[in-house]
Amino acid sequence: MKTKVLKPEEHYIKDEPYYQPIGEEIRVFDAAYKQQLPVLLKGPTGCGKTRFMEHMAWRLKRPLITVSCHDDLTASDLVGRFLITSGETIWVDGPLASAVRHGAICYLDEIVEARKDTTVVIHPLADDRRILPMEKVGELLEATPEFCLAISYNPGYQSVMKDLKQSTRQRFVALEFDYPGAELETEIIIKETGIDADTARQLVKFAHMTRDLKGSGLDEGASTRLLVHAAKLMHEDIDPVVACQTAIAQAITDDHDMLVAMNELSSSLF
Amino acid sequence: MMREPLGKDEIIEFMDECLEVEFSFVKNEIPAEQITKLPRQQQDFILNLIKRVADTNIELAYQLACGSAHALNEMGKHMVEEWAMTAADHYDRKGLFPAMSIIRDLDNFIHTAHERAHGSLLEDEIGVLLPFLHGLSGRKLKLEASDTTFTDTETIFVPPVIAVFSDSKENFRLYKATVAHHWAQIQFGTFRTDLSQLPEDQLIKFCSLETVRLDACIRNELPGLHRQMQSLQNKFEQQETSGQYEEIINTLSSSNASVKTTLDLLDKVTYEKCPGSYIYQGTIDPVAVAATMSKRIEREKAFFRVALSDLAKDLTRAEENDESPEKSPPRFGIRKKDDAEHTLSNGMVQLEIDGGLVAPPQHIKELMSSIIVDFGDIPPEYLVAAGPGEYDLTVFDSSLNPNDVWKGTYHEEGAQIYNEWNYKRQHYHKDWCVLREIEVQPVYDSFVEDTLEKYSKLLKSLRNTFEYMRGEDKLLKKQPHGDDIDIDALVEAYADVKSGMEMTNQLFTKMHKEERNVAVIFMVDMSGSTKGWINRAERESLILLAEVLEVLQDRYAIYGFSGMTRKRCELFKIKAFDDEYDAEVKARISNIEPQDYTRMGVFIRHVIRHFSEVEASTKLLITLSDGKPDDYDTYRGEYGVEDTRQALFEARRDGIHSFCITIDEEARDYLPHMYGAANYTVIDNVASLPIKVSEIYRRLTT
Repeated sequence: MKTKVLKPEEHYIKDEPYYQPIGEEIRVFDAAYKQQLPVLLKGPTGCGKTRFMEHMAWRLKRPLITVSCHDDLTASDLVGRFLITSGETIWVDGPLASAVRHGAICYLDEIVEARKDTTVVIHPLADDRRILPMEKVGELLEATPEFCLAISYNPGYQSVMKDLKQSTRQRFVALEFDYPGAELETEIIIKETGIDADTARQLVKFAHMTRDLKGSGLDEGASTRLLVHAAKLMHEDIDPVVACQTAIAQAITDDHDMLVAMNELSSSLF
Repeated sequence: MMREPLGKDEIIEFMDECLEVEFSFVKNEIPAEQITKLPRQQQDFILNLIKRVADTNIELAYQLACGSAHALNEMGKHMVEEWAMTAADHYDRKGLFPAMSIIRDLDNFIHTAHERAHGSLLEDEIGVLLPFLHGLSGRKLKLEASDTTFTDTETIFVPPVIAVFSDSKENFRLYKATVAHHWAQIQFGTFRTDLSQLPEDQLIKFCSLETVRLDACIRNELPGLHRQMQSLQNKFEQQETSGQYEEIINTLSSSNASVKTTLDLLDKVTYEKCPGSYIYQGTIDPVAVAATMSKRIEREKAFFRVALSDLAKDLTRAEENDESPEKSPPRFGIRKKDDAEHTLSNGMVQLEIDGGLVAPPQHIKELMSSIIVDFGDIPPEYLVAAGPGEYDLTVFDSSLNPNDVWKGTYHEEGAQIYNEWNYKRQHYHKDWCVLREIEVQPVYDSFVEDTLEKYSKLLKSLRNTFEYMRGEDKLLKKQPHGDDIDIDALVEAYADVKSGMEMTNQLFTKMHKEERNVAVIFMVDMSGSTKGWINRAERESLILLAEVLEVLQDRYAIYGFSGMTRKRCELFKIKAFDDEYDAEVKARISNIEPQDYTRMGVFIRHVIRHFSEVEASTKLLITLSDGKPDDYDTYRGEYGVEDTRQALFEARRDGIHSFCITIDEEARDYLPHMYGAANYTVIDNVASLPIKVSEIYRRLTT
């Protein structure tokens, strides 16, 4: 067995990632890409934002460079920095610069997690200038038409401290994502995991139960991703109640009473 | 080393003092006689307990003393303590007579204790049962303890203890089954018909038949739960399902059975042929149901139609800007998805207007699901948006204005209730203090301007000092990773290499951003004793503080506290965490007026709740005070100090740092005990309070 080593800009997605559109998002993204407009994906965790990006990268046949933002992410983490090797300083492109250079799709996941001063470096890239200034090397990178910038954020759980600035958000075409409707979600689970329709339907019911608890004890309901996890476990012959407990309940809360309640709910369903 | 048991005389002497025998004239010889026979350890335990209870009531303590030896014989120390404290608790809430009956009826207490030991208690299980119930979808129902089991369609009433089975897990399952069954009554339309006309015997039959129908519904929707309910029923009593019952059960279990099916069967099935009662079925109270439903239906109709009218306004505004003034109110439609008959999930019915679907906001969705639960559908008259002024929603607003509470007869409705620590009893008084949050009325006068003027120079220097504290960027040198190369470090490293040393990897500079993450609540003493100078100094301090906190951008809230007796504790909101420091907040600060007394503990406990709603790495509670905790009733001296201390312990447990700034010169005698040696400051000169407070805050948070 050999692990493949790829440079980010060589990361083309070869096989079609399964994605079931909820609305017009594929057409809108296509149009935005043609018109060189950056895209903002909004939606709760695990509803398919990242999968959508993979799907679009496959469709558009461009490499996808994903950066998961965190609160220590600095501008040079995105743009690039000097490193010292064998007595020399050399410039190394960050993921954003390398995406611009290679005409890739750069996807900044959970952008609000990054520090506020970091988000402003994408401003010149996200308007009609489409340039990335690299102050340290004194260069301007001009994006080719193939380059595309996409960012995502979850309006649900961000704190007031981490709101997306108007000056940032008003540069993007915004696509809203939510959990798919019951039938569609059932279909997605079946396609992704191969479990039978009845179990999938009960699993979606369980997801709706947890989503009803949002705000009264839970911060978030079960995401589609978690349902897929649980279904995968069930596919390996794990008892449904155990699968719900380990893949869903334990993943969304640590509160003991809540865990017991969710266990009771899942054992009611299966 | 074993200690000698106390002699009878010693015991009598101790008890005479505890029970104030000169006034109470109780005969201590009889209980002392019994206690003498106990080993020393048990004697100490009993005497201590008598002393603790004597603080509550002497007669109660005397009765306890008489029964204590027997009680120790019957149960462990832990249970005896529980017994005494339950009695004291009953004394607090219900008076002497019920408390005495607890002490006298030891056998009953032991029986209940056993029941509680292997039974399942609602107060223990509600944390699980409530989310379970809410997860079942539909209306957000409440759970309450009651002697009879029924639902009024908004609350499910279940017994406080279930001890039917010997295993507590089984008892919990029975709770679950009971809750699920009553949820099913609401969800699957048991109350979509008027049951109040049914005579008593018919109602019993109805209850039993309806349970069969609901069980079938549960089997379809929640097969796992249905299995558990069946096994529970079988453990309790095997239900006959064959022979003569089969037909009834088949009729009621068919997928198109509704409450009408059950009603139709009523006359056909004789009492004897009824399938019998189920362990989880409880009763049906048609009167309670009708009362709750009629109120809710009226309220929800109004709210729904007004919400639709708001929604329609938003929609038309989005589409076109010209509003033709006189139009008939817009009419919405509903579109049902397939398979909408028996389904748990909401959102199967969608709202549409002019043929297009609309996505209603969350509160409308909740209203819709509640209305569907009542009618099985949304009645057409609901779908007409309310015309302007058609409803006055305030008539449905049941929340009471806190300011009106004292105008009429007093009641505790709508207030928040807190425990209070009694150090003599070494136990909490349960649900003891009644607290209300009241907004300070803003008074727009020149106080704020005057203060800013008066301290303008000080404020300037304060602002400068606080500017420094703000999360500043710091350039860290010699880092292993970073944004830029640290030239100094690089030169040094080359020199090291030349001289034969190993080259370090710490060659980068890194920007480090210090982010303050502080949430602070200021509690200001508004007791009567602050009248005059002190009050003015407090207000001035708050203005200066708020000014500098705005520079720092720390999150802060300001509350004033005062009250009279445990039934009237009032927390005055001046600024909540989310409020802006605006003209209104300033005007509220200027209207902080001295009120009554200071019952500290309850306010600290309330503030802990406020803190639990904010996320911050540092939580700070700063109290500005002028003296000891003190209230009109028993809340003075040691009692008040100990309760406050206990409340501060609770705060610490929740990660809240407490600090007290006081002008009471005697504070050194009691504050170290309450706050800890380093967590207070005494300010000798009232006039210097405004200057000192900001300074203290700076010191505390750096």
